[in-house]
Amino acid sequence: MNTEIIYAASLGGALIGLSAVFLMLTLGRISGISGITSGLLSLSLTKNDLWRGAFLIGLLLGPMAYLALGGKPPEVNIESNFAYLVVGGLLVGFGASMGSGCTSGHGVCGIARISPRSLVATAVFLTTAIITVFLSR
Amino acid sequence: MKEISAFFAGLLFSLGLIFSGMTNPENIFGFLDITGNWNPSLAFVLLSAVIVTGIGYRLVWKRSAPMYEVSFSVPTSRVLDKRLIIGSAIFGVGWGLVGLCPGPALASVFTINGVKALVFIAAMAGGILLQRNLSSLIERKTASIT
Repeated sequence: MNTEIIYAASLGGALIGLSAVFLMLTLGRISGISGITSGLLSLSLTKNDLWRGAFLIGLLLGPMAYLALGGKPPEVNIESNFAYLVVGGLLVGFGASMGSGCTSGHGVCGIARISPRSLVATAVFLTTAIITVFLSR
Repeated sequence: MKEISAFFAGLLFSLGLIFSGMTNPENIFGFLDITGNWNPSLAFVLLSAVIVTGIGYRLVWKRSAPMYEVSFSVPTSRVLDKRLIIGSAIFGVGWGLVGLCPGPALASVFTINGVKALVFIAAMAGGILLQRNLSSLIERKTASIT
């Protein structure tokens, strides 16, 4: 663990925080990625949902912006096979929908608001994730 | 302006995830695997993001409304129910299984592992739809009983 990694993690976290503050300032919304995505999975979308699509397009285009700003291609080593990806994706989607949030909505925005629901949700998903990694690796 | 603001928020969020290494599942496993060679970077990302968000939100909430909406849309529920706990527990199992959660998966579509990220995102969308339909089915069932 070197200081460079701690520096990158802290600065990256600060950018995530600035993004969350900016979305609250402009649209008054929580930056919960599962919630923003979930709102788009509907047959009755209106123009009030356009911001969700715009947010997701920004999220998708991050790697290009990162390269354009002079960053190296991000290291993304997804080693899970397709069966794991499908099961993991189903559980993540199902759980985030049932628990009303994921790492961003509960873990960042919710804890920042000192929401008791988010504090509990984050403690619970960190615990089950640690247990899952312990059992599966 | 709403859409442009949301676009920049998404882009900045993505840059933060990439810069901090959170798009790489190896860093997620490194954090969650507390018995191995522990990698605390996720803790620094969360800590820093929470501090900036916590201070920033309080400054923003001094306003009577956001810039481009009539009011703030912030969750108000404080109920710790079974749904929250079971849902979060299920989410954690999926996260621990593949080291991906919604934000980093979306920020990885246009990278070298884009196909895998897309498979995960499709399954995630399926999980969201499944949960929503299941809960409305259960609500209808209980409504018809009572």
